[in-house]
Amino acid sequence: MWYYEKKLQYPVRVSQCNPMLAKFLIEQYGGADGELAAALRYLNQRYTIPDKVAGLLNDIGTEEFAHLEMIATMVYKLTKDATPEQMKEAGLGAHYADHDKALFFHNAAGAPFTATYFQAKGDPIADIYEDIAAEEKARATYQWLINMSDDPDINDGLKFLREREVVHSLRFREAAEILKEERDKKVFF
Amino acid sequence: MFTQFKYWEPYISPFDPCPPMRIKSYSTPPQLYIPFQPKGLPQFKPMEALYRGTLWPALFSPYPDPKKRGDQDE
Amino acid sequence: MNKQLPQEYYQLLEEIQAVDFVLVELNLYLDTHPDDYDAIEQFNTFTKKSKELKIVFEKKYGPLMNFGRSFSNYPWDWKEAPWPWQV
Repeated sequence: MWYYEKKLQYPVRVSQCNPMLAKFLIEQYGGADGELAAALRYLNQRYTIPDKVAGLLNDIGTEEFAHLEMIATMVYKLTKDATPEQMKEAGLGAHYADHDKALFFHNAAGAPFTATYFQAKGDPIADIYEDIAAEEKARATYQWLINMSDDPDINDGLKFLREREVVHSLRFREAAEILKEERDKKVFF
Repeated sequence: MFTQFKYWEPYISPFDPCPPMRIKSYSTPPQLYIPFQPKGLPQFKPMEALYRGTLWPALFSPYPDPKKRGDQDE
Repeated sequence: MNKQLPQEYYQLLEEIQAVDFVLVELNLYLDTHPDDYDAIEQFNTFTKKSKELKIVFEKKYGPLMNFGRSFSNYPWDWKEAPWPWQV
């Protein structure tokens, strides 16, 4: 069951009026390695993953929705006051034609979101290794977004999100160790 | 101890059309080197933890490279 | 008429975000380290702190949660701006 808390996980600020950034940020909203893909991947896998790691999948999946909201906030703040001209200049003309300033789940190139962005093989090892890879891909994407942005406030938010991927990756790696069941065994050299 | 960025020099061809990037780098963040987080690691204070994105300094990964060299790519 | 929020709103919100962030970190950590007694103690201490801060916040600024996780004022203010992406 989901409840909603009416606050962002992290205080998102945008200091420069630069709708062009929104075109790239949307990659983490509706893209393959974005927050929606991550949330759905983990929340879906948790039904069949061994009980001892289901809690982790539940909780990281939930946190990803909080991150989705942060990206949405950045895009919303960058576009809510844009004129159609500014949207066109920002490379968001096609988006505007379809959605006005509404957000939508597509990537920076305009490709729509699809469930083919993630998997649930049912094999716990395959699923956890997909999750580790997903976190590394998200981390890398945040790196490229930080590289393209010179808005210090947006970059603070993006660096937060990148660091969260680092921590999530560590947790999934720990989950793999837990699944391996070697934790209590003696190691002989 | 580990470093958080690694550097390499790609092959540069005399026929390359653009000014070459001589040194490229990639990030190697903490999770690569920590198989299982040990108990009792030191923590940031809550407000700093929020702004760093993690409770534990050992898990913090700076980006971009604080030691960025002039001729790198990013 | 556009609603304006005082500086104090942002400060209190930031404090809550910091405490709740520690709770998220500890929660994920405990999911893979279920027998870390000290971490559980810290988790419960911060849970108490979070609830205390939210009592103050909600009294001034209305409910933070829906479906009965927070009390309501009259008239119903859950639906009022600002929403988090507007703050």
